[in-house]
Amino acid sequence: MSGERLSEDQAAPGSPADGTAEPGPSPAGGSGRGGRTGGTRSGRRTLTEGQRSERRLALLLCAPAALVMIAVTGWPIIYSVWLSLQRYDLRFPADQEFVGLANYVEVLTSSYWWTSFGVTLLITVVSVAIELVLGMALALIMHRTIVGRGLVRTSALVPYGIVTVVAAFSWRYAWTPDTGYLANLFAPGSAPLTDQASALAIITLAEVWKTTPFMALLLMAGLALVPDDLLKAASMDGAGPWQRFIKVMVPVMKPAILVALLFRTLDAFRIFDNIYVLTSGAQDTSSVSILANTNLIQALNLGIGSTMSVLIFLSVALIAFVFVKLFGTAAPGSDTEGRR
Amino acid sequence: MSDIVLDRVTKRYPDGALAVQEVNIEIADGEFIILVGPSGCGKSTTLNMIAGLEDITSGELRIDGTVVNDRAPKDRDIAMVFQSYALYPHLSVRENMAFPLRLAKLDTATIDRKVNEAARILDLTQHLDRRPSNLSGGQRQRVAMGRAIVRNPKAFLMDEPLSNLDAKLRVQMRTSVSRLQKQLGTTTVYVTHDQTEAMTLGDRVVVMRGGVVQQIGAPQHLYEHPANLFVAGFIGSPAMNFVPAAVADGGLATALGEIRLTDRLRRAMERADAPREVILGIRPEHFEDASLVDDRMRAEGDVFTGLVDVVESMGSDKYVYYALDEKARSAELEELAADSGSSDVPASEGQLVTRLSAVSPVREGDHHEVWFDLGKVQLFDPSTGRNLTLEA
Ligand SMILES: Nc1ncnc2c1ncn2[C@@H]1O[C@H](COP(=O)(O)OP(=O)(O)O)[C@@H](O)[C@H]1O
Ligand SMILES: [Mg+2]
Repeated sequence: MSGERLSEDQAAPGSPADGTAEPGPSPAGGSGRGGRTGGTRSGRRTLTEGQRSERRLALLLCAPAALVMIAVTGWPIIYSVWLSLQRYDLRFPADQEFVGLANYVEVLTSSYWWTSFGVTLLITVVSVAIELVLGMALALIMHRTIVGRGLVRTSALVPYGIVTVVAAFSWRYAWTPDTGYLANLFAPGSAPLTDQASALAIITLAEVWKTTPFMALLLMAGLALVPDDLLKAASMDGAGPWQRFIKVMVPVMKPAILVALLFRTLDAFRIFDNIYVLTSGAQDTSSVSILANTNLIQALNLGIGSTMSVLIFLSVALIAFVFVKLFGTAAPGSDTEGRR
Repeated sequence: MSDIVLDRVTKRYPDGALAVQEVNIEIADGEFIILVGPSGCGKSTTLNMIAGLEDITSGELRIDGTVVNDRAPKDRDIAMVFQSYALYPHLSVRENMAFPLRLAKLDTATIDRKVNEAARILDLTQHLDRRPSNLSGGQRQRVAMGRAIVRNPKAFLMDEPLSNLDAKLRVQMRTSVSRLQKQLGTTTVYVTHDQTEAMTLGDRVVVMRGGVVQQIGAPQHLYEHPANLFVAGFIGSPAMNFVPAAVADGGLATALGEIRLTDRLRRAMERADAPREVILGIRPEHFEDASLVDDRMRAEGDVFTGLVDVVESMGSDKYVYYALDEKARSAELEELAADSGSSDVPASEGQLVTRLSAVSPVREGDHHEVWFDLGKVQLFDPSTGRNLTLEA
């Protein structure tokens, strides 16, 4: 198994770059893919004593990091998958038993789960969309600023520097009836955090306020990728400011935009702090993370809670997968032909 | 196709730098004009002002008689080729060339026809569906040209379009740019720091230095009648030799020995009210091996015997470098050398460059006699750089 892989690795650097230039390694790599035995042997033979000890050293050096990764991320994932297949309620520890996918059936047929899922999706889509627009505007401002550049950038980043929970509390106090300044200003005599629609709006607002600077920062890195000459050329070609933005800037910085969207979508989907502090999930405002926390930590139902965690994990993985697939097809300059 | 007039155009950047000062250029319809000068002399700034990419601080820019100072680039109907080519990386070659046409909202059939036509002229037909990142430097350069010509604009502006190519390709592309311009007959302003490009390409050349126009004229005119020391040193390769000279009775005392003042020189000096100290300039090709010169020619020139430092045989002729014991260099010469990176301006510490016939028997280390043509000698004022021998 490992011999097969090694021979592939050996052939890889030689074959795509200079096809026929080096007759030596190429046939070895070719047979390595086709005929198993020949490839394995020639792959082994090309490894000198020095290369082999180098490889051993590489594995040894990577080992601690790999072990830590397995311990802190791999094991909890495996453990929660295992828990999700059990009936396991800490209030009735004696009833623990393996139930297969029963927990999944229960969660996926529960209206609580789907309400939370809908709320989470709504908050994710709306907040990320608003953040993208505002973040882009902020990034353009920061990019173009000439006077007081440092000050502008620093002040734009302040919200992101505040701990989410602290910021969430200040939002909660601001929207508390009678005492909160925002409540008095916009909704005197009512309690906006106790109504689903207005509470979701406030949660989204808090999210947007908090993470737009992060979005702007990522987008600004993308703006730096757009050469000035390109924009000048577009002006000469007859493009106005909006056309320059849509037809040149956005496509050229698309990889940066996608990365920013990916980060923010993954983050937003796991929203917890703001909801926990602002509404605790009351009035159907709980996200999937809040729901999982309620079941797992407050209700002590490890089986159901773990099932939800696993489902959140799968959703996040799906989002990441979709985005990465998107990159693969859309990132300009990443087409391998260009490296010839 | 149009004429472009720069009328006392000045550019001061927001940071206070005066990049271009009172530039007056009248560019005729269909003319190929070159802006040339050392790096930082304001060529790109001038071009960007014509393009509309930089605001004009003062003065007037007229295209076809209309003042366009305040018009946006897209309303000037001018195309530009950048040194970096500035191709859109996310678009194919076809889409790159079609970009200005799409913005102009032409119909698809017309766009296709124009793009295919431009691709044919520039020999890009088989690359139309590739991305710029997959093209060679020369091909990218042609795509940039293509994007400019599809629009059939009033004028082309080119900012060092060949500087990113290797030497051989640059010479090749130089000819094709020249041919293309003649074929299309479109007014073209071309910026370069390379005097060879300037000499070979343009109908007229504008030599700039420190934001100020030094001289405007046909390449041959600039070569034969440079207005000042800077133009004399900048145009021509190898560059003109400069030797300090002091007026003594009836002649000039120089490191080339005592030089006889011909009637032409005497009249020029009187007319220009020349100072006692001048700078004598003479081009390498106005020298010849003294043993190959007949009596009639000898009478029109003077001879100089010097120590041969280096002989470079070029096949067709020989570059012979003589060592001069020359101490005093004028401040103007020093400044000039610093200004143009010294390779452009010669008089490099005590050396005289001559171009002699290939049959000359000269050898390194010899004390060799060389003749020079007094009719071609030019005199410059060391304090102002003005050419004293220029006919009014
Ligand atoms: N954006 C700018 N801000 C301030 N000064 C500038 C700017 N662009 C160019 N300059 C200055 O103007 C002068 C002319 O520049 P430029 O036109 O680019 O020269 P060239 O193209 O001849 O090399 C230089 O001294 C340069 O430093
Ligand atoms: Mg320039």
